[in-house]
Amino acid sequence: MAGAAVPAHGGSHGTGSAAAAWLLPVLVAVVLGAWYLTAVFRLRGSGRTWSGGRTASFLLGAVLVGAALSPPVDAGTVGGHMAQHLLLGMFAPIALVLGAPVTLLLADLPVAARRPVAVLLRSRVLHALSHVTTAAVLSVGGLYLLYLTPLYALSVRSDVVHHVLQLHFLLTGCLFAWAVAGPDPAPRRPGMAVRLAVVVVAGGFHAFLAKLLFSRAPVLPVGGGHDAAEVEAAAQLMYYGGHVADLLLLVALFAAWYRRTGRALARGPAAAPRNAPAV
Amino acid sequence: MTGTATQPVAADRRRSVLAGTMLGVAIMAAVDEIVFHQLLSWHHFYDRSTPDISLLSDGLLQTAYLALLVAGFFWSADLHRRGTLAPRSARGGFVLGLGAFQLFDGIVDHKLLDLHEVRYGVDVLPYDLAWNGAALVFLLVGGLLLRRSRDEGRTRAVRR
Repeated sequence: MAGAAVPAHGGSHGTGSAAAAWLLPVLVAVVLGAWYLTAVFRLRGSGRTWSGGRTASFLLGAVLVGAALSPPVDAGTVGGHMAQHLLLGMFAPIALVLGAPVTLLLADLPVAARRPVAVLLRSRVLHALSHVTTAAVLSVGGLYLLYLTPLYALSVRSDVVHHVLQLHFLLTGCLFAWAVAGPDPAPRRPGMAVRLAVVVVAGGFHAFLAKLLFSRAPVLPVGGGHDAAEVEAAAQLMYYGGHVADLLLLVALFAAWYRRTGRALARGPAAAPRNAPAV
Repeated sequence: MTGTATQPVAADRRRSVLAGTMLGVAIMAAVDEIVFHQLLSWHHFYDRSTPDISLLSDGLLQTAYLALLVAGFFWSADLHRRGTLAPRSARGGFVLGLGAFQLFDGIVDHKLLDLHEVRYGVDVLPYDLAWNGAALVFLLVGGLLLRRSRDEGRTRAVRR
């Protein structure tokens, strides 16, 4: 049963192509890391400081992206597919976003180029797109489309669809993590209560989809043709992995709130918001 | 911090109780998951009789417990940092929270939402009674602790 759908991707066909399969993940991780480190070194060279914690976080994110695309994970099994979704769509984005890449990009850009980027960051379209609700719908909604429609079967057959999906996981995951807990300045970012509510709803729908997959393992994902036991294991990975990622995201959100409030307290009790987070 | 250290501040009993309750609910939810789902395997990941709408409710609730855990932790830390944490009231809230989750889980999750039973392959009635009885004990102890810590916010406020 497991072999019913022969994956177009993954699965080594000899040593030559096995080495080639490692090329993409290594390249992606190295390019991401190299860009970030170059920008940090340039920034330090011009006398400005950049937190080592942010650098470490972004580099970890780059490694996680590489790991998600590596042959052992990208093996065409439903478990591998799920691990890839968790790494690309949830864990790597949290690490990448906590590296404050947009702040670094803006600081590193030549003055002439900063204006258009700032205009883009202030644009209505970007605000709508990067709103935490939009980001949640794009990332979790995408998963519903994937597992409950023939999209999954299509992604198994077509390399192009497969890679577009990987990019979708990563980009929408970053958008969501950035909207919830990104240290980058984001104009008109909604308050704690809205962000918290969206995280709970998004996490709830993620867990619900995991249980749907589990309860209908013999027929889902549509056209997957996987063994039911494999799908059940993947669904449990999705459920618990999603909770761990949610926990990390919530810690990032509240740790930022705690630091922000602490800075305000240091300026004097009057400056600090009296209230704890609106829950 | 320097500004707050010099002037006396009243213990914030209401927020302390709330933070304690949030942590109590979340910790009991974690115990339920770790002990009864993972270690004992009494609870099942999925029960064939569960309707989809219950699965969705459960998904939302489980994520909400995570939010309560993190919010309760950082909220307590913030109260502590401000010197306004009322520890006895927070403890009362914590025990009350333990009981609140236990009772909610025993009535809503196990019976109304029909997510799973306490244990399978046995007569479930004694287990249900023990489960909800334990919840009532926690609630009672929590309520008692809260009653006995009623003075906490007041004394310090008077001193100011």
